[in-house]
Amino acid sequence: MAIVTVGKKACAVNPLKMSQPIGGAFAFLGLRGSMPLLHGSQGCTSFGLTLFVRHFKEAVPLQTTAMSEVATVLGGYENVEQAILNIHKRTKPEIIGICSTGVTETKGDDVEGYIKTIRQKHPQLAEFPLVYVPTPDFKDAFQDGWEKTVARMVEVLVETPKTAARRDPSRVNVLPGCHLTPGDLDEIRTIMEDFGLEPSFLPDLAGSLDGHIPDEFVPTTIGGISVDEVAAMGQAAWTIAIGAQMRRAAEAMEKKTGTPFKVFERLSGLIPNDEFIMFLSEISGRPVPEKYRRQRGQLADAMLDAHFHIGGRKLAIGAEPDLLFDLSSTLHEMGAKVMVAVTTTQSPVLERIKTEEVLIGDLEDLENLAKERGCDLLITHSHGRQAAERMNIPFYRAGFPMFDRLGAGHQLSVGYRGTRDLIFDIANLAIADLENNHQPTPDTWRIDDAGAQSEAAAASLH
Amino acid sequence: MSSLSATIQDVFNEPGCGKNANKSEAERKKGCTKQLQPGGAAGGCAFDGAKIALQPLTDVAHLVHGPIACEGNSWDNRGARSSGSNIWRTGFTTDINETDVVFGGEKRLYKAVKEIIEKYNPPAVFVYQTCVPAMIGDDINAVCKAASQKFGKPVIPVNSPGFVGPKNLGNKLAGEALLEHVIGTEEPDFTTPYDLNIIGEYNLSGELWQVKPLLDELGIRILSCISGDGKYREVAYSHRAKAAMMVCSKAMINVARKMEERYGIPFFEGSFYGIEDSSDSLREIARLLIERGAPDELMARTEAVIAREEAKAWAAIEPYKPRFKGKKVLLITGGVKSWSVVAALQEAGLELVGTSVKKSTKEDKERIKELMGQDAHMIDDMTPREMYKMMKDAKADIMLSGGKSQFVALKAGMPWLDINQERSHAYMGYVGMVKLVQEIDKALYNPMWQQLRQPAPWENSARNWQARAMAQMDAEAAALAADPQAAEQARRAKKICHCKTVDLGTIEDAIAAHALTTTDGVKQHTNASGGCGACAGRIEDILAALPATVASAIPVLQAAE
Repeated sequence: MAIVTVGKKACAVNPLKMSQPIGGAFAFLGLRGSMPLLHGSQGCTSFGLTLFVRHFKEAVPLQTTAMSEVATVLGGYENVEQAILNIHKRTKPEIIGICSTGVTETKGDDVEGYIKTIRQKHPQLAEFPLVYVPTPDFKDAFQDGWEKTVARMVEVLVETPKTAARRDPSRVNVLPGCHLTPGDLDEIRTIMEDFGLEPSFLPDLAGSLDGHIPDEFVPTTIGGISVDEVAAMGQAAWTIAIGAQMRRAAEAMEKKTGTPFKVFERLSGLIPNDEFIMFLSEISGRPVPEKYRRQRGQLADAMLDAHFHIGGRKLAIGAEPDLLFDLSSTLHEMGAKVMVAVTTTQSPVLERIKTEEVLIGDLEDLENLAKERGCDLLITHSHGRQAAERMNIPFYRAGFPMFDRLGAGHQLSVGYRGTRDLIFDIANLAIADLENNHQPTPDTWRIDDAGAQSEAAAASLH
Repeated sequence: MSSLSATIQDVFNEPGCGKNANKSEAERKKGCTKQLQPGGAAGGCAFDGAKIALQPLTDVAHLVHGPIACEGNSWDNRGARSSGSNIWRTGFTTDINETDVVFGGEKRLYKAVKEIIEKYNPPAVFVYQTCVPAMIGDDINAVCKAASQKFGKPVIPVNSPGFVGPKNLGNKLAGEALLEHVIGTEEPDFTTPYDLNIIGEYNLSGELWQVKPLLDELGIRILSCISGDGKYREVAYSHRAKAAMMVCSKAMINVARKMEERYGIPFFEGSFYGIEDSSDSLREIARLLIERGAPDELMARTEAVIAREEAKAWAAIEPYKPRFKGKKVLLITGGVKSWSVVAALQEAGLELVGTSVKKSTKEDKERIKELMGQDAHMIDDMTPREMYKMMKDAKADIMLSGGKSQFVALKAGMPWLDINQERSHAYMGYVGMVKLVQEIDKALYNPMWQQLRQPAPWENSARNWQARAMAQMDAEAAALAADPQAAEQARRAKKICHCKTVDLGTIEDAIAAHALTTTDGVKQHTNASGGCGACAGRIEDILAALPATVASAIPVLQAAE
């Protein structure tokens, strides 16, 4: 069982963590016709916007209440009102999702109260979907913002089915964690549809940020799940939550609609997918399609081929809790040793990570510990690039943001097929590392005068 | 906070800014920034601006005092390049938590400075204030002063919390921090008559290095570049330069002007974008240095270098000219680039169909007029839909803009090139201009476009997404035509002349009532284009579209009356 420690530094160096409000805004991007709105100064929005645009290479809708110094001190009612009115009039969204920031939380703006007043004052907004989530920057992290926002969406948007309403056995709600890519969601959708199930994803980033070219210019999100579809989620037979972070939303769904739920903490790796596939077979009453029997075989074969290269690798990984748990477990199961695990925020999965210590810290911690413990595989988001260069070890980019490579939205790690590709990618990095940096020379194994093997040997044999 | 507001007032009172000098006292107090519109704003905050301006100082530790959002969401995201230290790319932040918000973050800040100095030992630490600590009253000036004394190292407060204004204000506040705490605090080992400051150049994609070899060849020493590939000490002794070039026109004008005032360093505003501009800038540098005591022969050597480089660049561009013939460019950028790139593109034989002037000053606009003629099509603010229409109507073959609007062009199946800070290529000087031309050619003639413009085989070509988007716009126009009240409203709401606040309706009515055919006529009757004159192009468009307008709008108007 891993011990979870919290870093004690006054200065975070090379942050791993991103802020809670943009995690919330990210969730709102998975709704159709949505305009996420950060209640804060315009920089809060523009930094988040730049991150999303660079990660997805897509136009991303994200607005700001543009709080000035004076407005911040006097309270932001007018800014929230004007922002909602302006967005409502100009971009004609189907929903506006509002997240607070550090600035407005420090003042203590009562946004729920503002929204009530705004609804009374402006009849056109009386029934308009507005969801507000308090997400101060000075608490928690990106994943927490997503977690709270999805739970809040369930509480506000999902309708309690009328008592007589029958559940549709083929309909299944899927609550995906923020660590899944649009590509992952599409993979899960395909798998479920192959069992004759009709999944509804909340949020559905695969509909909005998968890189498709829209039919026409839409200033809001260009896809995703609609407010009406969310409202009807209570009629589904099951809710599947992916990642421990989604338990809160799944519980909210059960509380509101009585829909039972099952949490899959991981969807990468052989055994987690066996469980997932068998669960789908059970709830759909259908046998496992031939396609997945073959895919399981392919994954098993990939594991055989790749274990030579991944087995014994000393992994340093920095990621948000659910992604950390997912990837580190899969690699542990392939024989890698999880030497360093750094994360951003508390989570019940952390103590089950297959390592001695999980540190809530930053990329400086990750780099220093990785050097100290002789790690030879680094996994974290794009900001790990400097550390990877300094350490000259293989670097697999995973998580958000991934701004210096293409295809972030389509990187796959779920399902038998996704796990197979993930394992190949990482094994190939290890092979390239061996070829480029650890070729033997006549002196590799030579004993020097001091009686020790040469440095080259130490480096190549680690 | 009182000193911060005084600094902001001082920055607003910038005599070096022509726009500002033309304002009344009351207007000036309001500051040079439009009130931001909630729900309709884009762009960075003052903190962002300050960080952008100073972050390219490569050997400095840049410490952001605030919650994780300010640094965690934004670090290592600029394309500046360093020839030495990489500490500027390290993200440092106090990442303040709830406890700090309640009890104050000053102690954490002090400890953070201590940790940085112990671990990284940079020549200086810059501390950036952000909104939350500013609200709870953390006095970063006092902390920096105490830390500076204790650790015997410059710890520089940069007081530019996000909520005081937009990015541009932050650029200037960053300049003020340098003026107050850094410039003039150290002395160079030696000086030469060829010592030059370059102000407001950030070495994005290493573009400064496209020009530096020429300066090196001429024996001109960049004493300090503020701030691209700069080092702390170089800024600290930059007051010993003989002359200065101000590159990004408005970002650091206060630094250039105050250094002239305090240290007698003359400056000029120039650009290295484009062949002619590069030559002009080199000449101007030589002229100012000679004025300050450099030998006269510098000019002859400069001219020789210019002649050689121009010939080389023209020869490299020549083969592209026939390929660019008739190709039209839409340029969406701001400030100095709105004219400096115009010149560059025209040199390559491209036709400019429009340039945005949203962030440009009056002088910028004057320059555009010089380059593109009086009827320059200057775009104040273009919605993505308008940009799309412009491309679709074949008014443009390629769009050059910053990263944020790229998808309008790309998703419309139109070539696009990044010319803002996130670009991966350097476009400065003579070699940079050649590179820009090559990149435009690559974008324009990629065979991919042809395939992508074809609809999928199962789609009715009349019903593909491009056709639908156009139909949507036509439908909107038709809806307006069918609804006289809405049409009237739309006509009245569309401002054509921003200086004199004249709307489309007024102009159309005047044209119809007085049978006007020229912009002068419109000016006489409505006062439109009587200000900066930038809207003359738009008025010509209205005149050109007149037959349709007269036929439909006027009877409708009468009917409505």
